[in-house]
Amino acid sequence: MDLTFSESEEQFRSEVREWLTVNVPKPALPSGDTAPGFALHLEWERKLFDARYSVVSWPSDLGGRDATLWEWLIFEEEYWLANAPQRVTQNGIFLLAPTIFEFGTAEQQRRLLPKMASGEHTWCQGWSEPNAGSDLAGISSRAVRDASAGGWRLAGQKTWTTRGAFCTHLFGLFRTEPEAAASGSRPGRHHSMTYFLVELDQPGVTVRGVERLDGDLGFAEVFFDDVFVPDDMVLGGVNEGWSVAMATTGSERGLTLRSPGRFLATAQRLIELCKERIASGGARDQAVQDRIVQAWIDAEAYRWQTFGTVTRLVDGAKSGAESSMVKLFWSELDVRLQELALELLGPHAELIDGDFAHWMKAYEFALAGPIYAGTNEIQRNVVAERVLGLPRK
Amino acid sequence: MRFEFSQEQFQFRDAVRDVLAKTCQPGDVREAWNNQTGRAPSAWAALHDMGVLAMLAPTEAGGLGLTELDIVLILEETGRCALPEPIVETALIAAPEGWVNGTDSASVSLPESPFGVWTDTCASVVTLTADGVRVAPRESVRLTQRESVDGARRLFAIDMGSTAPIAPVTSTALAFRRGVLGTSAQLLGLADRMIEMTVDYVKEREQFGVKIGTFQAVKHHLANARTKLEFARPLTYRAAASLASRDALASQHVSMAKVQSSDAASLAARVALQCHGAIGYTTECDLHLFMKRSWALERAWGAANWHRRMIAQSLFERL
Repeated sequence: MDLTFSESEEQFRSEVREWLTVNVPKPALPSGDTAPGFALHLEWERKLFDARYSVVSWPSDLGGRDATLWEWLIFEEEYWLANAPQRVTQNGIFLLAPTIFEFGTAEQQRRLLPKMASGEHTWCQGWSEPNAGSDLAGISSRAVRDASAGGWRLAGQKTWTTRGAFCTHLFGLFRTEPEAAASGSRPGRHHSMTYFLVELDQPGVTVRGVERLDGDLGFAEVFFDDVFVPDDMVLGGVNEGWSVAMATTGSERGLTLRSPGRFLATAQRLIELCKERIASGGARDQAVQDRIVQAWIDAEAYRWQTFGTVTRLVDGAKSGAESSMVKLFWSELDVRLQELALELLGPHAELIDGDFAHWMKAYEFALAGPIYAGTNEIQRNVVAERVLGLPRK
Repeated sequence: MRFEFSQEQFQFRDAVRDVLAKTCQPGDVREAWNNQTGRAPSAWAALHDMGVLAMLAPTEAGGLGLTELDIVLILEETGRCALPEPIVETALIAAPEGWVNGTDSASVSLPESPFGVWTDTCASVVTLTADGVRVAPRESVRLTQRESVDGARRLFAIDMGSTAPIAPVTSTALAFRRGVLGTSAQLLGLADRMIEMTVDYVKEREQFGVKIGTFQAVKHHLANARTKLEFARPLTYRAAASLASRDALASQHVSMAKVQSSDAASLAARVALQCHGAIGYTTECDLHLFMKRSWALERAWGAANWHRRMIAQSLFERL
């Protein structure tokens, strides 16, 4: 066991810190889930890319800097400590990109990844449908082969598509053998889907923004009416979309979507907020303070649990169903952290103008955590069945 | 950065687990509830033979000169089998300081944990107080027996009489941190065992014509307990590393370990009892042996909230 970072890792940390100190926008950018906010965020993404900080762990010829997993964690810690903007590109770089690295051809990687890294292409996720949420394998949007045109024609509807109203591209699952799925026979529900990469600015695509709980147009419904997708925009094999998509859910739940740095930074800010409130004459509430300490311990626990996971990944292990415990833990921790801030703010908590408005915004965002990326009820089933070995039926 | 134990550390852990699986079965723990001493002598002898008792003793004194990091997994195993022996007090606290030797054992008390355990059969009695460490042979102290909910834990209020401190306050702090660490490790093992027992049970027990482990209500209880444990372990291992390297923040790190492992064991015990149903509410079922040990250790060496407040002092120090 060696709990110190190497000299070059510490060097990397101070370079990142220095760059962020100079470059993080002040005051903070408005929400990236509105059209004008999204545009401002893209400018920030471009600045990150130009400094080669947008995708540090990617190969350098694709826009990254070949950072190790440890350096990526260091980058994330510094990023969130610096109060840098939420990444509006996250669903591309954290969810789709790992899948392209694993399943994409070399040509797809060269064609798609640099533009994702620069923010020229922005990606949203097209999984949920009106009748398929937790039961993702129940999707009915479909793709029909158009051999003469060398591609597929999509029809159907996706929903709850985060930032779908602003993104240029969508990655999603479509059924390529609807009869097999309907009959329940082999290849069955899970073996009749294909993973498609779809350009949204084209005939047949209709995007309708949906106002989210926090009032932003952060969701979208995306309708497909005879939308053409060429063969080179199929990721992985035809009818193999389910296993390709499951690789993405692994990243969404586990290591890459919500790094510990994010919660460590929030816990730190919560402690500062508590001190400020007391300094400005607020009453000291021992019970709330105990819960703040617990939330800070939990953020540390997440950090060290991640360090253990990364050590094993570096040793060559594969991440498994443990990622469901990770998703349960950070999503519920996030809610507790933001709730505590609202407790400290008391009657000021409801204000969505002024200096504290970001806490209510963050609370509303945190409440989505136990729902997206597979609800926490589904995660508990996964933990019980695949970590503890309880019977499915 | 490398946050993982070495192959050697895992191998030694596995060897100890094998030995304890033979010498400290639930039947042995039950035996300790009913015998004169409350202890499990064959397990103790086996741990001595394997060198566990002297792992942290200096090599000059015939020990192995190892660290907290080397013993933490072993202590987790002693929790897993609810070993009724003063292993934390002896191997982790007394042996490194030369307060005990050989197969002898030590009993330790302190303001946060005022009762010595198995004190009447220990060679050395140690108290930790604000003015330093006192060590005395058992014969020279006065003991008043108390009864624990855990029938194997023989508790004693200790009167050290006129014994003067032999070690400075810094030794008190180190001994305290070691005790907190060892107790945290045992709680992890207890939590793991209670989850494992319960998983085994719900895979067998049938109601409504199906295994009760197929019910989501049962699955979710166990998933919660397992997740809590997943995020307790790393803080105990990190605290062990901090003690081994004499990290300046080791005190805070052991407090974090104790908070997290106490809460993990507490939840594991509740979930285990609930999922066992009425059979778990009997003393015929082995669960109570592990559950009651957890109840005791959750509060020994500072309960979770006591440690949270210790941490608060450093986090909010500028208030």
